[in-house]
Amino acid sequence: MDLTFSDSEAAFRDELRAWFESNDPGPSPEGEDESYAYRRDWQKRLADDRYAAVHWPSEYGGRGASITESAIFFEELGRARRPLPANVLGILLAGPTIMTFGTPEQKERYLPPILTAEEIWCQGFSEPDAGSDLAALKTKAVKEGDEWVVTGQKVWTSGAQYSKWCMLVARTDFDAPKHKGLTYFLMDMEQPGVQVRPLVQITGEPEFNELFIEGARIPDENVLGGVGNGWKVALTTLMNERSGLAFFLQVRLRQLLDELVEEAAERDLLDDPVVADKIGYLHMKAEILRLTAYRGLTTIEKYGTPGPEGSLTKWMWSETNQELAQFAADLLGPEALTNGNRWAYELLRSRGNTIEGGTTEILKNIVAERVLGLPRLKGAA
Amino acid sequence: MNFDFTEDQHEIKRTARDLLASRSSLSAVRTAAEAHQYDDGLWKGLVELGWPGIAIAEEHGGQGLGAVELAILAEELGYAVAASPFLATVLAAEAIGAGGTDEQKAAWLPGLASGEITGALGNADGLVPDADAAAVIVLVDPDGGARVIARADADVTPVDAVDPTRRFARVGADGGEPLADSAVAVDRALVAVSAELVGVSQRALEMTLAYVKDRKQFDTPVGAYQAVSHRCAQMLKDTEGARSATYFAAWAADADPERLPEAAALAKAASSDGARDVTASAIQAHGGIGFTWEADVHWLYKRAQVDAALLGTSGKHRRRLAALLATRLAPAAA
Repeated sequence: MDLTFSDSEAAFRDELRAWFESNDPGPSPEGEDESYAYRRDWQKRLADDRYAAVHWPSEYGGRGASITESAIFFEELGRARRPLPANVLGILLAGPTIMTFGTPEQKERYLPPILTAEEIWCQGFSEPDAGSDLAALKTKAVKEGDEWVVTGQKVWTSGAQYSKWCMLVARTDFDAPKHKGLTYFLMDMEQPGVQVRPLVQITGEPEFNELFIEGARIPDENVLGGVGNGWKVALTTLMNERSGLAFFLQVRLRQLLDELVEEAAERDLLDDPVVADKIGYLHMKAEILRLTAYRGLTTIEKYGTPGPEGSLTKWMWSETNQELAQFAADLLGPEALTNGNRWAYELLRSRGNTIEGGTTEILKNIVAERVLGLPRLKGAA
Repeated sequence: MNFDFTEDQHEIKRTARDLLASRSSLSAVRTAAEAHQYDDGLWKGLVELGWPGIAIAEEHGGQGLGAVELAILAEELGYAVAASPFLATVLAAEAIGAGGTDEQKAAWLPGLASGEITGALGNADGLVPDADAAAVIVLVDPDGGARVIARADADVTPVDAVDPTRRFARVGADGGEPLADSAVAVDRALVAVSAELVGVSQRALEMTLAYVKDRKQFDTPVGAYQAVSHRCAQMLKDTEGARSATYFAAWAADADPERLPEAAALAKAASSDGARDVTASAIQAHGGIGFTWEADVHWLYKRAQVDAALLGTSGKHRRRLAALLATRLAPAAA
């Protein structure tokens, strides 16, 4: 057991700190479009110095970073309080999925503009009637000549209004069992058959959208991983969803907690035993999250497959982030309940944490079935 | 970074697991608990293997391995809920070895390493495990200072505590020799207690999984119902979280001692809460049978309860964590 970083990992961390220090995009501007453009410019700066996707192989513009180095990148990004790149879904989800299943032509066509944020990607998986039960999705694609014609509806599509491409999963075989009749497409968003409508969340912000697809056309060459193979390709995308980012979120949680402790100190609240108990509790949970995420890295690096840790960290993070925001409201009083206050925003935004990217209930099912080997209830997929 | 055991450490863990499966089965634990006596054969076996001295320096007759190896053994003995004075003896040895004066080390460590004598450690106002039979007792006072007391100089009153797999006593003593460094002594002891609690949690989880896969109601294994399976997922989360904190603390004890105070508090808070919740869940998931004397889950629940109180409850260690964090972030206010 050795919880120190290797010399090369420590050197990579130092290099990143120096780079973030000398590359500061400043505060995000007001306004949704302005803030998005700001994150796009930020990604271009990252890409210019090959920091946009350090985990990508160097032939595609990455650095071939190990999983530990990738974790270090996201930790340092968070620690430096720099924003996530605009095309985070392209970098973390679309890119690795195309690298796994794409033809040489697809890799050459799609990967470079993902990295430079010239082409933004969104994820068209969930539907109004297919959330946790993703394989029940109904959006259909019918072959006409050498094109597919798509009709259906997608929901929770973050960044769709800025996206050139969509990772779309649609049903292409209506007679096959539900997991088998699906196909994964790379869909051009810039066409009349695709309508994007913003969906306002409880914070009042439209982070995500509904997608109405009516006769959209996708050339056959934009199938990824073969017709009828969509479930397998989609699972690759979903497995990537919970990597890397965990370290960014873990660091953000730590920063929020530290800031709350500083605010509590300014108000002389640290001597209150109830406050101290809760701060100790949240500190413990934040440390357990960090340490468990590190254990997960070792498991993957040493044994090649994720251990139980990987399934637990998203659950731990989302639960702790909610508890932290709720505690801030208790600690800071009315101003933490006032619109415009950052803690008021956290109080609202954190409710989404236990839903987005896999609900806690689905994570518990995954842990129960795949880690603990418990039997699956009849009827539940 | 390698947040995993070395091959040698894995081997220690496997050997301990196998040995205790045959030498300290749950029926052996039951026999010892119901007789209110330790399993002498088991203790002799552990002594022959040199386990009590695993982390004692070679110059004092031990094996000279570290806190990680000790944590591995403590975890496995917790997993077995073994009825033996192992934990109390190694707690005393860790405290004297890390925080004792040269005279204290020379006086007590060779005997503790060879198994010739046993030791004990606990809070002056708490239940001290194995104090009656021990030759040397380390008492931790409310101000955090610790004293080494020969058994003959202590007033020991045996107490029948809720955990029948272990002997307890209240200890009255005014004298004794203070340790040179009580803080590191207590923190290293906390790591070993935490490791035992992780083992207790792991066993409770495994027994529960086996039961809920087998037990059927409404023609379905009860482990298929989400009310049960989600409870089991929570048990895994609590166990693995406590494990992360405890292994980190065991590593820090030898490799990064500056971080030990925080790591030890973290490990004890996480493992105490974890083991109490996990063993309580084990009883619940076993249903009516889990509440009977005949089922074995109660040994784990009882061990968890008393260990959780040993050297401070999770609440005490949470307040300690808050103070450490406040000192780091807002030194003026702390």
